[in-house]
Amino acid sequence: MISAQGLKRAGSDPSTAIVLLITILGAIWSLFAAAYAPDAAMRGQSWLILGGFLTGIFLLVGSIAGGGVITDEREYNENLIKAGVIASLFWGVAGLLVGVVIAFQLAFPVLNIEAFGFTNFGRLRPLHTSAVIFAFGGNVLLATSFYVVQRTCRTRIAGGIWPWFVFWGYQFFILIAASGYLIGITQGKEYAEPEWYADIWLTLVWVVYLLVFLGTLWKRKEKHIYVANWFFLAFIVTIAVLHVINNLSMPVSWVGSRSYSAFAGVQDALIQWWYGHNAVGFFLTAGFLGIMYYFIPKRVNRPVYSYRLSIIHFWSLIFIYIWAGPHHLHYTALPEWAQTLGMTFSIMLWMPSWGGMINGLMTLSGAWDKLRTDPVVRMLVMSVAFYGMSTFEGPVMSIRAVNALSHYTDWTIGHVHSGALGWVGFVSFGALYCLVPWLWKRKGMYSKALVDWHFWIATIGILLYITSMWTAGILQGLWWRTYDALGFLEYSFVETVEAMFIPYVIRAVGGVLYLAGALIMVYNVYRTVRGDEVEDDENVVEQPALQPAQ
Amino acid sequence: MSGKKSLWSDLHKSLFEKKPLVLTVGVLVTVSIGGIVEIAPLFYLDSTIEEVEGVRPYTPLEQLGRDIYIREGCYNCHSQMIRPLRDEVERYGHYSLAAESMYDHPFQWGSKRTGPDLARIGGLYSDEWHRDHMRRPQSVVPESVMPAYPFLENSELAFDNVEANLRALRTVGVPYDNGMLEAAVSDVETQLDPYAEDYDGFQERYPGAVMRDFDGNPDQVTELDALIAYLQVLGTMVDFSTYEAEADENLR
Repeated sequence: MISAQGLKRAGSDPSTAIVLLITILGAIWSLFAAAYAPDAAMRGQSWLILGGFLTGIFLLVGSIAGGGVITDEREYNENLIKAGVIASLFWGVAGLLVGVVIAFQLAFPVLNIEAFGFTNFGRLRPLHTSAVIFAFGGNVLLATSFYVVQRTCRTRIAGGIWPWFVFWGYQFFILIAASGYLIGITQGKEYAEPEWYADIWLTLVWVVYLLVFLGTLWKRKEKHIYVANWFFLAFIVTIAVLHVINNLSMPVSWVGSRSYSAFAGVQDALIQWWYGHNAVGFFLTAGFLGIMYYFIPKRVNRPVYSYRLSIIHFWSLIFIYIWAGPHHLHYTALPEWAQTLGMTFSIMLWMPSWGGMINGLMTLSGAWDKLRTDPVVRMLVMSVAFYGMSTFEGPVMSIRAVNALSHYTDWTIGHVHSGALGWVGFVSFGALYCLVPWLWKRKGMYSKALVDWHFWIATIGILLYITSMWTAGILQGLWWRTYDALGFLEYSFVETVEAMFIPYVIRAVGGVLYLAGALIMVYNVYRTVRGDEVEDDENVVEQPALQPAQ
Repeated sequence: MSGKKSLWSDLHKSLFEKKPLVLTVGVLVTVSIGGIVEIAPLFYLDSTIEEVEGVRPYTPLEQLGRDIYIREGCYNCHSQMIRPLRDEVERYGHYSLAAESMYDHPFQWGSKRTGPDLARIGGLYSDEWHRDHMRRPQSVVPESVMPAYPFLENSELAFDNVEANLRALRTVGVPYDNGMLEAAVSDVETQLDPYAEDYDGFQERYPGAVMRDFDGNPDQVTELDALIAYLQVLGTMVDFSTYEAEADENLR
């Protein structure tokens, strides 16, 4: 008999009260901002922030009145993961859609609606990057890390209501950031555009995320911490450090939106790219490697290829990645010694990256036939293949001589997208295709054929994207430095802009295909969740319930 | 398995794989090394930013223009960093010096040139060209894919609070003195009027700053005034007719 000891209502526990206090303080601050903000943008946005906090207060009070949040220690918290899966799909489609819009804007500038500034490329581009990286990628990481840490520790997620605070707090951050971009609130640092108050909020959410994760590791019922959790932990810890330091700034007013970075010029540049490249290294790589280390072995039902390689992979990857930032600043006013260090470590980074790729791919040893029979495995393997390709291309582009040509061009954009669409996107889709039947207790996805369609349409989309951007980028790089027989520059800048038309159209078409794939996935997930008849998929194995503690 | 290797992996198993806090500290130490080695020296090595004559803090109007530049996300398509490569120097002008962005909070070097570099755009085109260009870029560059910004010339510039902006910048290290702070609001209008009463005072505070009505509409202080003022100062602070790149003090 299972004792009722594990069943706990969190209504009276301190976590709900603290969250309530946080939301009340937030609401009071936003009222002050609405009344006293020196800038119009903040006066507008403060109402949205106030609305968010009031909704939080409303839900919390309702929850307390209803007896509190139920924490049943005898079960995994799967509702949290379900919410994360749905949020991932929502933001994924939103982010890709904005990406398609701005891709078309570059080919057809008339799509920047003149009357209002907020549809201009300059404001939508950060919306796209933040939506796909932080909203889509971030939610995938929240969902998968919360799932993996519970399963591999054989214990319910720690912290009562706090995991929900992390989830909703993170969505709220996305909302503040995204609405801010549209009305012109930005710090002007790439991939770190949200202003100081959104940054502080995210810091709070992130610290709680770390504590929830650590708390779950602490109460684990497994002897060892599984390798996927090392990567998730490294991702959470390092992102916290990067975020806090890169966003240090001085607000103009404690209720205004504008702030000025604590750093200037060359120092600001290096700190920004130390942050920027490690947003790639730790958000888009370490975190998603955590996904790889759990979902690939699980789906193909094989152990990770090499335990020792995992250890080497982990420590060398996180040690070397952090040095790579200066390769974004080759030939700039950054001192050359720093550029050289950045380049050296970027090239060294090739090795741990491929070590990880090999560890992921070789996990399929003895199960390679699944590549033919299981489209989800195909997706996961393709993601690792793209990971291998872009982590080879990256070191090449970090060589100063290559970078002299590739920097400032669309080659960089192509490189980023082979990593983002190929690696991050596909490993996320693969994990979500695993999670949906597991979480909603289905025998498989509604349609395996649609998974296949998603795979092929998206793959063709990626190929169109990266080949057009290679062409565009190398052409820009070469034309900008072409001299005529008399020793004059051959091309004016605008001639290279004109030449981009066809590559930009092809790129946008690639984006449309990728978006179409994601929409197919949403439909497939919707039908699966709704409980429509699913195909019996032998690759989907029911996941065991939590074993009660002795 | 040799004894040595298993000892090492035993250690890994018993420490990092058992104690979450040890793993956390291990990660923190591992990821701190690279950042510290690369970033910390930039704050104390004198050779990081070689001082050059002429670099001054932005005037309040230029700074507000810079804020608009950031607000509209211009950095998404325009760099402000000319590399010391033959074609770039010939296309855009003298390569960028670290000192030229020493008061830029945040830096706007950019990472992509969908449009051309703007590090030395100042003085290259007339105000009138900029006005046309902002109204409809294709009217002056038919092949351009830049969005139009016609609303800037109709938007009143909010500058009542500009003193607080400068004060925040001073906190992070831009040498605005008390006089500059006090005059901040009036300096916005002073810069727009070449016959302003406080012409001399303004020039003393911001030597060499261009003073004229940038948007061609003297009745109104608009966001276009600020943006063009900013664009027109870019890359003009250092006098490269007297700057010698090959001089001893400029060779590392």
